[in-house]
Amino acid sequence: MKIQFQVNGTPRELDTPPMKRVLDVLREDLRLTGTKEGCGEGECGACSIIVDGEVINSCLVPVCQVNGSRILTVEGLARDGRLDPLQQAFLECGGAQCGICTPGMLIAARALLDVNAHPSRDEIKEAIAGNLCRCTGYVKIIDAIEQAAKTRLR
Amino acid sequence: MAVGQNVLRKEGYEKLTGAARYIADYAIEGMLCGKTIRSTIARGRIKSIQFDSGYDWSRIVVADYRDIPGANYVALIETDQPLLAESEVRHAEEPVLLIAAESKHEAEEAARHIHIEYEESNPVLTIEESLRADEIIFGSDNVMKRYLIGRGDVDEGFAQADFIIEGEYRVPHQEQLYIEPQGVIAIPGDGEMTVMGSMQCPYYVHKALKQLLNLDDERAVVIQTTTGGGFGGKEEYPSMIASHAALLAHKARRPVKIIYDRAEDIAATTKRHPGIIRHRTGVTRDGRLTASEIDIVLDGGAYVTLTPVVLSRGAIHALGPYRCPNVRVTARAVATNTPPNGAFRGFGAPQVAFAYEMQMEKIAATLQIDPLELRRINMLREGDITATGQQLAWSVGSEDVLNAAVESSNFFEKRRSAREFNQAIEESLKQSPAQTENKRRGVGLSFFFHGAGFTGSGEAKMKAQAGIEVTAEGRARILSASTEIGQGTRTIFCQIVADEIGVDFNDVEIEEPDTSRVPDSGPTVASRTTMVVGRVVQLAAREVKEKLLCFAAERFGTSDIKIIEGWLIADEKRLARFEETARDYLAQHGELRVYARYAHPPTVEWDDETYSGDAYPVYSWGADVAEVEVDMDTYEVTVVKITTAQDIGRAIHPLLAAGQIEGGTLQAVGYGLLEELVWNRGRIVNNRLTNYIIPTSLDAPEMETVIVEKEYPHGPFGAKGVGELPMDGAAPAIAAAVFNATGAFVNEIPITPERLQRALEVRIVVID
Repeated sequence: MKIQFQVNGTPRELDTPPMKRVLDVLREDLRLTGTKEGCGEGECGACSIIVDGEVINSCLVPVCQVNGSRILTVEGLARDGRLDPLQQAFLECGGAQCGICTPGMLIAARALLDVNAHPSRDEIKEAIAGNLCRCTGYVKIIDAIEQAAKTRLR
Repeated sequence: MAVGQNVLRKEGYEKLTGAARYIADYAIEGMLCGKTIRSTIARGRIKSIQFDSGYDWSRIVVADYRDIPGANYVALIETDQPLLAESEVRHAEEPVLLIAAESKHEAEEAARHIHIEYEESNPVLTIEESLRADEIIFGSDNVMKRYLIGRGDVDEGFAQADFIIEGEYRVPHQEQLYIEPQGVIAIPGDGEMTVMGSMQCPYYVHKALKQLLNLDDERAVVIQTTTGGGFGGKEEYPSMIASHAALLAHKARRPVKIIYDRAEDIAATTKRHPGIIRHRTGVTRDGRLTASEIDIVLDGGAYVTLTPVVLSRGAIHALGPYRCPNVRVTARAVATNTPPNGAFRGFGAPQVAFAYEMQMEKIAATLQIDPLELRRINMLREGDITATGQQLAWSVGSEDVLNAAVESSNFFEKRRSAREFNQAIEESLKQSPAQTENKRRGVGLSFFFHGAGFTGSGEAKMKAQAGIEVTAEGRARILSASTEIGQGTRTIFCQIVADEIGVDFNDVEIEEPDTSRVPDSGPTVASRTTMVVGRVVQLAAREVKEKLLCFAAERFGTSDIKIIEGWLIADEKRLARFEETARDYLAQHGELRVYARYAHPPTVEWDDETYSGDAYPVYSWGADVAEVEVDMDTYEVTVVKITTAQDIGRAIHPLLAAGQIEGGTLQAVGYGLLEELVWNRGRIVNNRLTNYIIPTSLDAPEMETVIVEKEYPHGPFGAKGVGELPMDGAAPAIAAAVFNATGAFVNEIPITPERLQRALEVRIVVID
């Protein structure tokens, strides 16, 4: 099946089985391996991407469902090699340790900040509740998202 | 100065942009997908293996134990664990066959056309069954390993006691649950094999490969790729999966990738050892310990793997950070027909910490002594002697962490307000039960310690190596097999070297852990990376600096040269940039590469025969205060806040250290409250993230972390270990808080609603 969508601002067109997971299309067909697989059943959030403004688990969605959509993955955050405020805040606050949950965390946080410019810590906790991290205890991830919100306001 | 500063993580940019390459992100031309066919029964004999005749096997590579050129075992402590079962199967999920196909889908399809028939035997599935020894599955009595630690005269100690208090404590399996599953790629060469993958210990895998394929040191190459968490789970298991991939690659003459999916990873790989720990404590009326008898039994699973070392750490930490003149610890690990248990952050210590801290709670409750006071009466201080007869010579932060945790958490005030809250609820329940939220609050504390580095003679035998070389650009580059698994190895080593030499943090490089390029620094385990390997890295840097200063002394005609902020300086005048001098050195001498080895401080002594002496060169210390709210209708426990104070020596990177403490503490919250494996006939039923529950951001309590820095004179810049300590304290602190809130003494974790309900029916008897 011919599928068209936009990934990180670039239009893409490919011929792929319609039921192939979006995760596999990104990782295998487009070699965008920043989006990770941790469980394959929508529990860990490592495969989070933004599709038309909504965070989804890309391991649960067949590619035919994103035909014509606008997709944002972790690779779309930095501009010209410069980290965006959220990435910078994760770096400064210690929000990434092993890094495997980080792409999904950044995506979940980005989706939150897009609709809520200054979230409370509880709102941040709620927004990343679908993204498991085994390293940080979440403290520094929440710190980073708070800091990014402040930076973006400036 | 870089040490003590929160410099940016060395590999941070790659991790934040998605550019960091984990093993699943590699695609190699011609690569096959490997799959493991596993036993579906816990114990028995393989009767037959049938391959469906209608299936096209020409596209599939199949390997069994007969394809192994070397010996069929995983090279660890013992040689009992086969890489592939021959005829006997000793646990469910034991690897029997390997297949490789062009795609994952095809490998899975082929697996469905293989049928293994077994002759089943009665499996031994629990510690109790193993001790009963109705079925013998290991040695003559199912006991894999035993230790005895003794000090003083326990009978005499019990005779001096006013009270003798007994307790039994049970701790469960726990899954490491790194978010990146296990995975490797094996690439065959001409009489060589390269394995790259997610791992903590490249040289363990190196040893396994050499033995599997009869290779010499140079012909086996192991490269660690960016690793998405380990927590011990990637200490020994990668030797297995790497051997499997290498065997398939050897047979297929093509690269082979094996990546476990989550279900396979949880079902088949190692877990934290479950255990039953019994305490019998003699104590005087005023709360002094006079005798302690402790019996530990851990479930090792079907094969030995690292169990003796886990048991040893458990036995040595069993008494906790307390003084007691008369001690007897008996520790046994028994075999069961379950997947082997292995390394998990804490390595035997979290198990015994739950037991010793709950025993202290029980003693305090029984004697009606304040639990904090009981700890203060008995805590180890500098100069005191531990259960193994070690006199604590330095860096003892025991009192400091306890005071810091109590003060920062406002322990007494919190306890008072919890009591008032509970009284108000009980009053309100009498007045208007329907309108009252039936909740209770409680505050509990725990006090714990953790030996840094290998146990006993481990470090003295290992003599860990690391090196520094000078690059063509004139920069220092660190050569070490210590891996970055999220904890900050790369950053911390570069900080140590930057300050030791006197150059900028950003001007220090670190080599990838690749066995063809870095020496054996020992495994990345045991809270040893910063303290032990960091020390070796520091010594190598010191030698590089001395060589360069000698060289510069001749060149500049003065021996009084210092290196400050990247400049060689004499008489307050800048002579040359460090890089420039280093390049000049290379031009003259060809290369500059220095290796150093670890040696214990000269006074540290351990006797393997009597199991006594200095079990660790130094200990890290911690105290946790947990605040909980318990719903008395559903028996759910919510951890509201944990305050933790941890003495880790000098914090090389305070932000990373706090990250270790917070992350380890949350894993311990999971251990205490949530994480439980459900078994059926030796197989794990809940081997998925939908039903093996680890804490999410909503389960995570507020955390307040206090880092106490009692410098260790023999650590790099005074550092001790931090990796495992945070795993030890949260479970008992939560259980103590639940006890404080409800009066229910829960002696088994995780504290599920069912366990709490049962515990509410049993109350501690208070002695007048």
